[in-house]
Formats: sequence, C-alpha cells, structure tokens
Amino acid sequence: MSAPKTLYDKIVDEHRILSFDEAGGAGERLLLYIDRTVLNEYTSPQAFSGLRDAGRKPWRPEASLGVVDHVNSTNPDREAGHLDDGARRQIAYLSENGRDFGIEIFDLFDSRQGIEHVVMPELGLVLPGMVIAAGDSHSTTYGAFGVVGFGIGTSDIEHLLATQTLVYRRLKTMRVTVDGRLAPGVTAKDLIMEVIRRIGADGASGHAVEFAGEAIDALGVEARMTICNMAVECGARVALMAPDDKVVDYIDGCPRAPSADLLERAQIEWRTLRSDPDARFDKDVWLSADDIPPMVSWGTSPDQSLAITDVVPDPEALPPARRADAVRALAYMGLAPNTPLQEITIDRAFIGSCTNARLSDIRDAASILKGRKVAPGVRAMISPGSSGVRSAAEAEGLDRIFIEAGFEWRRSGCSLCLAMNDDSLAPGERCASSTNRNFEGRQGVGGRTHLMSPAMVAAAAVSGRLADVRTLAVAS
Amino acid sequence: MEHFVRLSGPVAAMPAANIDTDVIMPKTFLKGIDRLGLAVGLFHDLRFDENGALRPEFILNRRDMAETRFLLVGPNFGCGSSREHAVWGMLQYGIRGIIGSSFGAIFADNAANNGLLLLSLPPAQLAELAACLDDGAGQITVDLEAQRIETGAYAGSFDIDQALRRALMLGLDRIGETLTYTDRIRAFEKAYLAGKPWLMGGHGDERVS
Ligand code: SF4
Repeated sequence: MSAPKTLYDKIVDEHRILSFDEAGGAGERLLLYIDRTVLNEYTSPQAFSGLRDAGRKPWRPEASLGVVDHVNSTNPDREAGHLDDGARRQIAYLSENGRDFGIEIFDLFDSRQGIEHVVMPELGLVLPGMVIAAGDSHSTTYGAFGVVGFGIGTSDIEHLLATQTLVYRRLKTMRVTVDGRLAPGVTAKDLIMEVIRRIGADGASGHAVEFAGEAIDALGVEARMTICNMAVECGARVALMAPDDKVVDYIDGCPRAPSADLLERAQIEWRTLRSDPDARFDKDVWLSADDIPPMVSWGTSPDQSLAITDVVPDPEALPPARRADAVRALAYMGLAPNTPLQEITIDRAFIGSCTNARLSDIRDAASILKGRKVAPGVRAMISPGSSGVRSAAEAEGLDRIFIEAGFEWRRSGCSLCLAMNDDSLAPGERCASSTNRNFEGRQGVGGRTHLMSPAMVAAAAVSGRLADVRTLAVAS
Repeated sequence: MEHFVRLSGPVAAMPAANIDTDVIMPKTFLKGIDRLGLAVGLFHDLRFDENGALRPEFILNRRDMAETRFLLVGPNFGCGSSREHAVWGMLQYGIRGIIGSSFGAIFADNAANNGLLLLSLPPAQLAELAACLDDGAGQITVDLEAQRIETGAYAGSFDIDQALRRALMLGLDRIGETLTYTDRIRAFEKAYLAGKPWLMGGHGDERVS
C-alpha cells in the first residue's frame, strides 16, 4: 500500500512531468503541467512581447482565455469610453495578442466580460483536479473546486504560454479545520478574516492550505471561493477544498462544462480527490465557526482585524513585535486607540471584487438594503463580479433594490478593489469595502479601507458608520 | 536576466513588516505594455510627496544612499499582488539584492526569474546584521559564489537553494531550458489528456461532447 497522501500532493503528482530532484517531498523541484490559465490586460503584455521577441508561440492556445478587468472603467455608460491612454493601449494589446496567437479574448463589450476569477468558474472552465496558474495572486480562488490554483508573475506567464508547464517547487501542506456552524449574519468572509487574524499575514507562507471541517462542508460553492480567494492574504500559495456534490452541481449547466456523459465519467475520478484519512500535514490549525463574529479590519494589513463589537487596539497593549506596525497603521487610518469600531464613520461603501461580488454576495447585501437608504453623505457603489452576474442580478430585480437604496449600480471590473481605473478613493476618504486588501493606497493614495463582508458593507452604508449587521433586522 | 556573482554596495534598512507590492510599485506605473520606466515608480509614494518633491526622511533619499544596491527588510516583504513590475522597478533603480527573513511567494519567484537576489536569513542573523548598520545604512558585500555576507563589522555565511544560486550566477534562459524537454512534455500531455477526456475542451469550445 502506498503512503497516505494529501489532496495537494495527489494533484501535484498527477501533473508532474519530471522531477529535477532525487528526494521528492516538500521542496521537490519538478516540471508541472498546467491545465489552464486566464490572462488579464495588465500582467500579460510583457509576456506576449517576450514570445514575440523570441519567435515563440503558445503551446496550447485553447488552454488560455484573456479577460479585460483591471484597468477598465465600471461607469454604467461603458460605451462612452472613460479610459485613459494606458488602459486603452493595454486593452488593445490584449486583443491584438489574442488575434495573433489564437487565444480567445473577452473584451470590454463582451457579455461574458468580468473579473477573471469570477468569469472562469461561472463558465465551467474550472474543473476538479486541475492545476490553474494565472498572472494574478487571487488565483487561489479555484481551490474551492479542488483545484491547485496559484498566482504567477509575468515571466512565468510567458513560460507557461510557451511550454504549458512551470518549473515548480512542491509546497509544504497545512490544514485548517473549521468545526461547528457559522452564526446568522456571519459569512465565509468573516471566517477567512478570522483565520488570517489568528495566523497572521504570513501564517501560511510557503504552504498549500487545505480547508476542511463541517463548517466548510456546509458552505455553498461561492462562499468557498471567498475563503480560497482570500487565503492568499495569510501567505497561502495554494488553497484547497475537497470537491463534493455541490461542486459538481455548480459545474453542471455552466456554458463550457463537459457534457453530461463526460461529467458522469469525471465524477468517478473527482470522488477520489480528497486527502487520505491518515495523510500528514506539516501544520494543523483548528477553529470553531460557532464563535466567529462579523469582522472588520482596522489597519493596513489584512491580519489587522477584529470583531465589529470591539474597539480600535491600543498599540501599547500589543506584543512588542506588532507595536510599530500598529502605530503606523493607526496613523495612516486616522484612528485613535480604544475607539469603538462602531463609532467609525465612513465616506464610501463598496461592494465588488473577486472575493465578494458573486450573485450570493449581491443577494446578501440586498437583503439588508431592502427598504433602507444609504446614509446622507455616503457614496455607495456596487460593481458585480462579472457582466454575467450583473445580468443575473438584474433578472432577479436586485438592481432595483440597490438603486432605490441609493447605490450606484456599476458595470463589472476590478473597480475600487485596486483603483487602477477611474474608481478610487480621495486622500483621507474612508471606505467600507467587500474587497480583500487594506494596504496603504490600495483603493487610492491616502484612501482608508475597512474590509468586511458584503452584508456588513450594506449595514455600514445605511448606518453611515461601521455597523453590526446582526443589529439590523433583515427586511422582508 | 541579470547575473549575480559577487557585489558590494550600500544597504538600506526598511524593517517594517508586510511591505506589499502595491507600496513597492504603485498602480499608476502599471499601465505600460513594456518593462520600461519603472525606476521612478519604485516606492514612489514613500519617496515623493503629493507635489512630487523628494521626502528627505525616506531612507533611499539620503545622500549617502544614492547608490543603494541592497535592502534589509522586515518579514513577508513583497506580499500581495503578483505584479512583476515591482521586481523590474527594483532592478531598474539599481537594487540587486534583498535580505530579509520571509518573502511573498510570487515576488520571490519573480525575483528569481529576473536575477534579483533574495536572501532569507534566520531572524537572529538578520538582527545581528541590522545591528551593524549605522542609522539603518551601511556597506555590504554579498558573495553568492562563496555564500558569504560581510559588512565592516560583520561576516557570516548563508544558505541558499542551489538551483536558484546556479541560475542567478549563470543567468539562464528558463524557457529555453524547459523546451529541451519538449518530447517529454508532449508525451506526458498526450497520455494525460487521453485519460481525462473531459479536459479536452478548451476555452474555444462552447461545450465539450
Ligand atoms: S478584484 Fe481585486 S483582487 Fe480580484 S483580480 Fe481584481 S484587483 Fe485582483
């Protein structure tokens, strides 16, 4: 009998073309076959230029898809342009590369355009057991399907395009087991923020993290994507969850999913995609979902977060190693120690990003907004994760709820998640945001970001300050 | 890619934890389709104020730091976005090596692909090195061949992955190397896809059947 294996090692073994090492195990250097990639307009241009310069061609062009998402405007009147010269050039170059190298591109006016990590799964292009590497750090999202997904830089995009492989180093493994059940009003976003708070921004550094336990099993596929997406914020290079029937149901019926016959066959193999019972992980972490509260970030690193019922920390009370960073974060955020988080007033509210802009997220936020109004002085906007999500939400009438509450119903893109487009915070503006990074300047130079779930953003928008979603009865 | 064998030069300490790639290379500099012009973007919002004037208090703006070649950094340096522009900007600015305890994983791969040396030292050794710097700055020599690191007051050795060391010293063409395995890749791909017919569909087909 062979030694018990983790899910991560099973998938890596299936994709190992050859090993450069004798030893094997974590740290093994190997040539890894990559099933698919998705390209965006801002990390891919130099990879294509590299191919052109060397006279190389993509190995398997049909294994790549290009999407415009980072630099485009989300102005409802997209057809009018709203692009700067750099953005226009990058978008045009992506199309040119698609044409010249035979790669399918969803440009700005394609009904399937959207954020890459929302588009890939909703098309049915993400299938259990795959390895997907892409030029964006949140490629960990695909782990919700039992996929080894990870971010790469532009040189590796070029390598992947030219060879369909990457020179890869096998990661160490970590398991995060979440028992219990999330309480009402508490979401997958709160769960992953709590994990990051506990283990730190580099707590999973160098590891492939498998999430397991009854709290994970109970979640829908979109909620699982939120967790795997944001796992990169604790340093995870790969996030993984064993695929189950919910995953198969999610894939079935997607436009690019395998046919029913093939899906039948695939499922037999997909059922083996789980860690063996006795598999050993290099690190194990346990937590209970029962006592996770709604979370908000107070600082400038995703691990600087707390329960909404808490107060801004006093750096003096923190361990010495964390003090200097906390002082700096509070100065940037314009916050005084011991201020109750719920007294922090906001200028902006944003629902969007590959973390939290899928249909279930939009429904969650709408349930809070229904019959309520955005507080005076707050500018609130929502950018659905893809053009497809946007139409689906409109078909349910959700756009009306947002618009009547006073939200701007924007087009799809990365938008205010990274402000590489015309959506950004002004210096000093404070934003309740459903995104994934509260880094200095992430949403605009001098902008102040508080991360939270979409429902918590809705609660903040109508309250004019950070608010506990559990205190707002859901209107019916 | 740059080669790195042995280099001496000024080192500047930036000890904050979690310095992310948004800070290293702000988004305003990501709108190009080539790799050029990124030196000015490096740590832009730390180096320059709102009016574009140099911030005198920032370490790289000090007169004695004009030729900085190395950074001594805090934990989890280079976390965040995958943007390789952060590494291109470092090299264009003149930074050739970064010494710390842990690095963002994608940043580390990007560095390796471009010949930017990243050294991970045990925290105690890093602290010892930092203590030898005068007001956060000094001169350092990194010898990759001998795996030695020296300042006026400190000398020690370091561990580094040998494949990475070889690549940094020789400046290899990684794609060219991988393509020497073309036959192995093709054979693998054929068998792999034959065993998993549901993977055959690519992005170009509406539905695989
Ligand atoms: S939404 Fe934000 S995190 Fe996601 S791909 Fe876009 S910029 Fe990156």
